[in-house]
Amino acid sequence: MRRTYLDFEEGLRALDRARDAARAQGDAETEAELVREMDERSRRTCAHLTAWQRVQMSRHIDRPFTLEYVAALCTDFVELHGDRSFGDDAAIVAGLALRGERALAIVGHQRGRGTAEKVRRNFGMPRPEGYRKARRVFRLAGRAGLGLLTFVDTQGAFPGTESEERGIAESIAGCIAELAGLPVPIVSVVIGEGGSGGALALAVGDALLMLEHSCLAVISPEGCASILERQRSPELIARAADSLALTAPRLRELGIADEVVPEPVGGAHRNPAEAIRLAGEAIDRAFASLDALGPAELRTRRDARLRAIGRAAVR
Amino acid sequence: MKGEGSGARPPAARRGAASAPSDDAAADPGLFVRCPACKERSYRKDVERRLNVCASCGHHFRLTVEQRLLITVDRGSFVELDASLAASDPLGWVDQKPYPERVAAARAETGHGDALVTGTATIDEVPVALGIFDFAFMGGSMGTVVGEKLARLIETAIARALPLVVFTASGGARMQEGTLSLFQMAKSASMLTRLREAGLPYLCVLTDPTTGGVAASLAMLGDVQIAEPHALIGFAGPRVIEQTIHQTLPKGFQSAEMVLEHGLIDMVVPRRELRDTLARLLRVLVRGAAVQAARADSSRV
Ligand SMILES: [Zn+2]
Repeated sequence: MRRTYLDFEEGLRALDRARDAARAQGDAETEAELVREMDERSRRTCAHLTAWQRVQMSRHIDRPFTLEYVAALCTDFVELHGDRSFGDDAAIVAGLALRGERALAIVGHQRGRGTAEKVRRNFGMPRPEGYRKARRVFRLAGRAGLGLLTFVDTQGAFPGTESEERGIAESIAGCIAELAGLPVPIVSVVIGEGGSGGALALAVGDALLMLEHSCLAVISPEGCASILERQRSPELIARAADSLALTAPRLRELGIADEVVPEPVGGAHRNPAEAIRLAGEAIDRAFASLDALGPAELRTRRDARLRAIGRAAVR
Repeated sequence: MKGEGSGARPPAARRGAASAPSDDAAADPGLFVRCPACKERSYRKDVERRLNVCASCGHHFRLTVEQRLLITVDRGSFVELDASLAASDPLGWVDQKPYPERVAAARAETGHGDALVTGTATIDEVPVALGIFDFAFMGGSMGTVVGEKLARLIETAIARALPLVVFTASGGARMQEGTLSLFQMAKSASMLTRLREAGLPYLCVLTDPTTGGVAASLAMLGDVQIAEPHALIGFAGPRVIEQTIHQTLPKGFQSAEMVLEHGLIDMVVPRRELRDTLARLLRVLVRGAAVQAARADSSRV
């Protein structure tokens, strides 16, 4: 397996290689020792991650993507395509599935691996038709009484000319307004990078779960640094990441995230199966907590939840 | 405020409008304004009398909240709400200047508490809940105060069964309040969903510029979408788009006229016709809302 290492993970590269060699030779004892060593190192690294390092973690190409969560957590998944007016956008996937006994509509940003797939998915940056597909499936969930599960994983909506011509702003606003009024429970999970309005379009609901190393930001640290300081030096980008209040623990403190979902040692990309399992447990808990609420109660609670965000900051 | 432009002009104004002598301008730069579109220099009072529209090219200058009120609502009808709401510094933000200093400077410069002024008023005798963004206040950016004021305005609209009218002018979400600002988009959209469910109309007037998080929430959710001529309207900033496509954008890209052509708004209305257009729309929509409410009442009996 080809792995990608962030600069602060470099120490793991040689250990991974040695572990793979030990495994190939059937040397279980050495392998176990190396795994312990790696876990220890990863634990130390992750205990002191800066906000900017968390942003890099959230973008890690080896993290599981939406369709991998769906494949592992659900049965009977059928993907739905198209916005019924312009096209189908592969940067957002949508479909119907069962999670145990629970009937769900699922919508998520979808990044790609490998050059061809990355291009096909437009690097997970949706165009208006992606958000209009999402909105169509939100409505379907509302009509059909399906729980709505969303996965958030995008650097942002695609900032190209065609996005503007086809109304990217309206398509995002429409998603947010639709989610606000939906009569069914909505659970959103931020699994990677949540960039600005293009991420928010799938992140409004009754419970917002954030993976430990995921982010949700009003603007990327790079964008923030270049607007405020007119330059993109590593120091200014790191400072912007600190300032923007974009990490999962910080957003839990601010009352925006409801739960921080722990990731396996070293991050979701070091053990995708375990990361997905932990997310599945959190998703089940979140839906279960909403089970007793009827449509009107869900709405009241959701309105109050959104209404309260930032209230404490106003004097 | 009809007939605002037809009053007698002092001689100085007439002279200034015909040709603005450069020595005069140098003597008192406040007397003259230069049109950013055609570069023509005009006597300031003259431009103001034309509702701040350039006489030679029709460019619509950005307005202060006071100027907007003057040409929009019935004289003396505006009652401001929540004027005292003010931003704290929830994230302890520092860039080149601490955030509280930036806010204080903006408050001193504009005389407003934050980038949105809200209240009730009448437009040609139709009562409305009214919000006006102030671009001069940190680029009209939406943070927690703007989100809270808008939420309270919509609650007022629902409580008093008023239609909502909002004039937008904003670069987007306020970076200095981080993800709290991002979620003001959700807060405003959720409140607008409640307004819609209450059967009350929402007219949105997009003025120069309306972009980013404000465009991708409240500014694109109007029942009727109106824009002022040549206003910049879009989600991503022009520079970001140019970096993406590695090309220079054509002239007029993301203009009100382009957005109209692509079917994203209902109309582009010159400033001198805006008040009448709003009044006509309101008269129709308010009557519809009243009929709906009466039907709902009679079906309940
Ligand atoms: Zn001009």
